Amino acid sequence: MSGTWMTTRAWLLMLPLLVVMIAVIGWPLYDTVRLSFTDAKLVGTEGDYVGVSNYIKMLSGSNFQRTLITTTWFAVVSVAAEMIIGVLAALLLNQEFRGRTILRALLILPWALPTVVNATLWRLIYNPEYGALNAALTQLGLIGDYRSWLGEPGTALASLIVADCWKNFPLVALIALAALQAVPRDITAASLVDGAGPFARFRFVILPYLAGPLMVALVLRTIEAFKVFDIIWVMTRGGPANSTRTLSILVYQEAFSFQRAGSGASLALIVTLLVTLLALAYAALVRKTAGSAA
Amino acid sequence: MERRSPLFTAFIYACALLLAAVILAPIVWLYIMSISPAADLAAKPLHWWPAAVDFSRYRQLLSTIENSAGEAFVASLRNSIEIAGMATTAAIALAIPAGWAVSRTPSVGWSLSMVIATYMLPPVALAVPLYMGLAHLGMLNNVFGLALVYLTILAPFTTWLMKSGFDSIPREIESAAMIDGAGLFQTLRIITLPLAMPVVATSALFAFLLAWDEFFYALLFTSDQRAKTLTVEIADLAGGRVSDYGLIATAGVLAALPPVLIGLLTQRALISGLTSGGVKG
Repeated sequence: MSGTWMTTRAWLLMLPLLVVMIAVIGWPLYDTVRLSFTDAKLVGTEGDYVGVSNYIKMLSGSNFQRTLITTTWFAVVSVAAEMIIGVLAALLLNQEFRGRTILRALLILPWALPTVVNATLWRLIYNPEYGALNAALTQLGLIGDYRSWLGEPGTALASLIVADCWKNFPLVALIALAALQAVPRDITAASLVDGAGPFARFRFVILPYLAGPLMVALVLRTIEAFKVFDIIWVMTRGGPANSTRTLSILVYQEAFSFQRAGSGASLALIVTLLVTLLALAYAALVRKTAGSAA
Repeated sequence: MERRSPLFTAFIYACALLLAAVILAPIVWLYIMSISPAADLAAKPLHWWPAAVDFSRYRQLLSTIENSAGEAFVASLRNSIEIAGMATTAAIALAIPAGWAVSRTPSVGWSLSMVIATYMLPPVALAVPLYMGLAHLGMLNNVFGLALVYLTILAPFTTWLMKSGFDSIPREIESAAMIDGAGLFQTLRIITLPLAMPVVATSALFAFLLAWDEFFYALLFTSDQRAKTLTVEIADLAGGRVSDYGLIATAGVLAALPPVLIGLLTQRALISGLTSGGVKG
């Protein structure tokens, strides 16, 4: 069979997918770019060309800078915590003990719980009047009065991060566990004979096997955390006093609450650009890690 | 095998118990809230276990009496099933030919890479034109419209999974069938697709879970019982439409049941899918 025919056939088979992708991703993305240079409203006016003024307005606003910091903080802290707890859980599950299979199955639970259900569940746990967290801490004598965990700027973001970590560390744990099980037994045995302590063993024997898969998990989780919307919308809607407002929430408010489609679009593209840069930087890092681990 | 000291063994079991408690406590509490009488949930100090178990909220939410909380809930449940089902079916139908083509003809692989790169796009980058487009077509607040939008998430992902699935099926089997005189589509239908069924099933499961979990587009593009999904319904309940926390918890348990059961029953397939790249946020 000739190569040209193979290629043509491949394109024909891909055609339905490509047509749909152009309709639901390609065209909307193009239109977002077009809108970002106009002052269009969500409903009604088509809007006029206004050049880059939307971008200037959005980038120079204090909202954007504050939101960028909040988003970065959320992403860095929750992903770091998920990676650490996830790896520790995987190291535990890589040991032999009774009930290990059941514990590994339990890891599926937080991951499978829908994001909105997770957010709702934690919102109930943090409830200022009847929440389980207040009840537990009071009954243990750790706090005197019930607190509004999600209602105070000082604790709201940290409370969200805990809820996000609880849902997402199992994914990291499962990925790390799969990587750990690929470490050949004789290598760990040999390092033991050579007298390596537990930390040296982790650093020099086990970590090289973990590095690649963990980098992939890190990339995916960071991109997800940077785009975060659902859990925050359900738990705090970005409040109190905008202390938990992330970039996706800000875009939602601009484009849909205030119906400013033009400036909302420019803000959405700024976020897209940030996520893309992040992904490219990570991709370079992944290649480097993969190279050094091999 | 390394011999463990009793102290280390005790440490391992203590950690295992701690991990189990961390995972289980919130889930068990969700369930307890759903079966506790409202008075127990509002008591101070809090009653951790209800004096009398109360399943009435499950009956309430699954009943379809007009204008009840149940009517809205059942409608959203049906919408979620319909939308996730349609979007999954469409995504798989697109993914099978495309995944096979890329697997057998690597020279067109760059187009799939481009499709997969759209994973990085935050949904907000597409939301405004999608909203305007659906409004233009009269498909806002419509199950078909939302299912179509869900292809932005499901199709790239299922194609990628199908492609890796076809990669593991040797093409020699296909050539052998073709030499015996079978046409391309006959070969795919009789030889390749049956071998790829496990991958099709895994992809469909993942796609269904992703659609079931989706919130952002559903929040934007649906407004009432005709298309509102379960995730939006639960967010509405939690956002203050009802004051009985037990009812919110019950809705949560019911919405979590299908994905949790799927997750537990298909652990092996899910874990191998997850660990081959990681999927869901």
